[in-house]
Amino acid sequence: MNQYQLTKLAKRVGFYALIAVVMVYAIFPFYYAVITSLKPSSDLFRVDFWLSTVDFGNYVQIFTQKSFVRAILNSIIVSLSVVFIALLLGITASYALGRVRFRGRTTVMLVILGVSMFPQVAVLSGLFEVIRGLGLYNNPAGLILSYTIFTLPFTVWVLTTFMKQLPMELEEAAIMDGATPWVTITKVFLPLMWPAMATTGLLAFIAAWNEFLFALTFTLTDDQRTVPVAIALISGGSQHELPWGPIMAASVTVTVPLVILVMIFQRRIVSGLTAGAVKG
Amino acid sequence: MASVTLEKLNKTFGSTHIIKDVDLRVGNGEFVVFVGPSGCGKSTLLRLIAGLESISDGELRIADDVVNDLPPRERGVGMVFQSYALYPHMTVYENMAFGLKLAKMANETVDERVMATARILQLEELLHRKPKELSGGQRQRVAMGRAMAREPRILLFDEPLSNLDASLRVQMRNEIARLHHRLGSTMIYVTHDQVEAMTLADKIVVLRDGRIEQVGSPQTLYQQPATRFVAGFIGSPTMNFMPAELLGGNEEGCRVQAPGLGELSLPQDASGQGPGAELSLGVRPEHLRLAEAEGDNRFEIVNVEYLGNEVYVYLEPREGDTLLIHRSEAPSDWQVGQDVALRVDVEHTHLFDASDRALAIATQRHAA
Repeated sequence: MNQYQLTKLAKRVGFYALIAVVMVYAIFPFYYAVITSLKPSSDLFRVDFWLSTVDFGNYVQIFTQKSFVRAILNSIIVSLSVVFIALLLGITASYALGRVRFRGRTTVMLVILGVSMFPQVAVLSGLFEVIRGLGLYNNPAGLILSYTIFTLPFTVWVLTTFMKQLPMELEEAAIMDGATPWVTITKVFLPLMWPAMATTGLLAFIAAWNEFLFALTFTLTDDQRTVPVAIALISGGSQHELPWGPIMAASVTVTVPLVILVMIFQRRIVSGLTAGAVKG
Repeated sequence: MASVTLEKLNKTFGSTHIIKDVDLRVGNGEFVVFVGPSGCGKSTLLRLIAGLESISDGELRIADDVVNDLPPRERGVGMVFQSYALYPHMTVYENMAFGLKLAKMANETVDERVMATARILQLEELLHRKPKELSGGQRQRVAMGRAMAREPRILLFDEPLSNLDASLRVQMRNEIARLHHRLGSTMIYVTHDQVEAMTLADKIVVLRDGRIEQVGSPQTLYQQPATRFVAGFIGSPTMNFMPAELLGGNEEGCRVQAPGLGELSLPQDASGQGPGAELSLGVRPEHLRLAEAEGDNRFEIVNVEYLGNEVYVYLEPREGDTLLIHRSEAPSDWQVGQDVALRVDVEHTHLFDASDRALAIATQRHAA
């Protein structure tokens, strides 16, 4: 083996070692959560990197809790509604912002961007008043409303960038064929915008699914809560005991769907995110 | 099928005046080509007719209906775009059927129309392919098919061949011409390529800065250009222009002095011009003849281009730098660096006045 081959090998080893470090750093917490959730509560505080016995007791425990199942259901309803509303408004807004020439278009875009810069806490109390005023306190609809406010700027921006890239002549061809703006959007643009919609839709879904602060503030009773709050409020037998097992089981349960979704859409997410940056 | 009438048509974008008082009549079944350099307003004029741009002033009639304020679908026009603009997610069949379905036609009618159009354009084999699986020429045909399927009264083409390579362009040009012979429908075609204009048109409209410079058959434009601009735009290689001073003339003809060429007797009626007027003499490359150099008539050959069937000879006068082009049948013996004399076919010359208007040929033919 000569010098050249040696350096090549060393570089290779170094490369994979680095990847291994990154992998461990990123995945280990989740891995440990999975392990913990599958341990019986008696083994909980014994540090163990491999699973010796598999115990589904924690899962049984959380799924027999009515409030947790209810919370999952609430989360699904809220997240899907947010995605649906955000995409519907996002697509129509992006058509107006990307395709229609009107005075103040840039201003509108900047205002939309500005809205997304406020930290959640800053608007919390104001939003609380709004939601109470609308009679949406302790109601999933209140969460849908508040999440949509924070999801829309991103959705509108990404979709507008994407919409601007679609050739003008395509729209004109549709006009010549007698299509109204609505038909143009639904029959011509929508099918071409799937990558962008998958990206923004998924990110909106994740944001709504994981949101904690609003969910905690705007809901009161167990049957209106979403999963992140429900997990935080899982309590043990006494106030001195934190029930790590069930908490981990619940966390894994709500994370797995996201991981699967991201894996399915990962190619699209990348192509959708870079769509605005580089011209294909 | 229908005629199109433009009356004092104007288009302004903000403070820019794009189309200025255009009057034009396109007859039923005519093939009209709008031609001109980029920025002359030819595409805008087509889009005004299509309804993709709003008319600022004037009247546009299709058949006898004023259509100024009708949306494109109610004007009965079909359009072929430069980039084809096919719907990428639809098959060829769906592309052609899209407009018909939007017009709420019965499924059988849609099918009938699409199949008939596909037969005319030989697209039957491709009906179930997506645009990305088609070649450039096939996409072009689908774009035409989509425009034709709705049986519009007028077919509009916006530089449809400029995305194709040279050989395919000639082939598609031929196909469009044959399509027009067969269908006999009214077609308006925009191009910047004067060869396309000459080969396709029944009537050419030369545009410049938003105004019509001249309207006429390809032959009229080639043989009797109304302005120096048209003379220079139509024909390849372009017409030669030389300064010429009017010595004298009447209704029957005139005499001019051109540097290098000496005194020429021309058939143009120069009675409107005073002696000493600065004119411009235009001669097409094929109407120049070369001879052995003699006296002041002395031009240097600076380049010779051999094209197989013909030869272009580039000439420079002793003084001045106006490059002249001479065209003749191949083969030719002329060599670069040689000095030659120029002879002009006076019957085929053009004279332009100071405002670039062509002087008319005298009605009573002057004996050359």
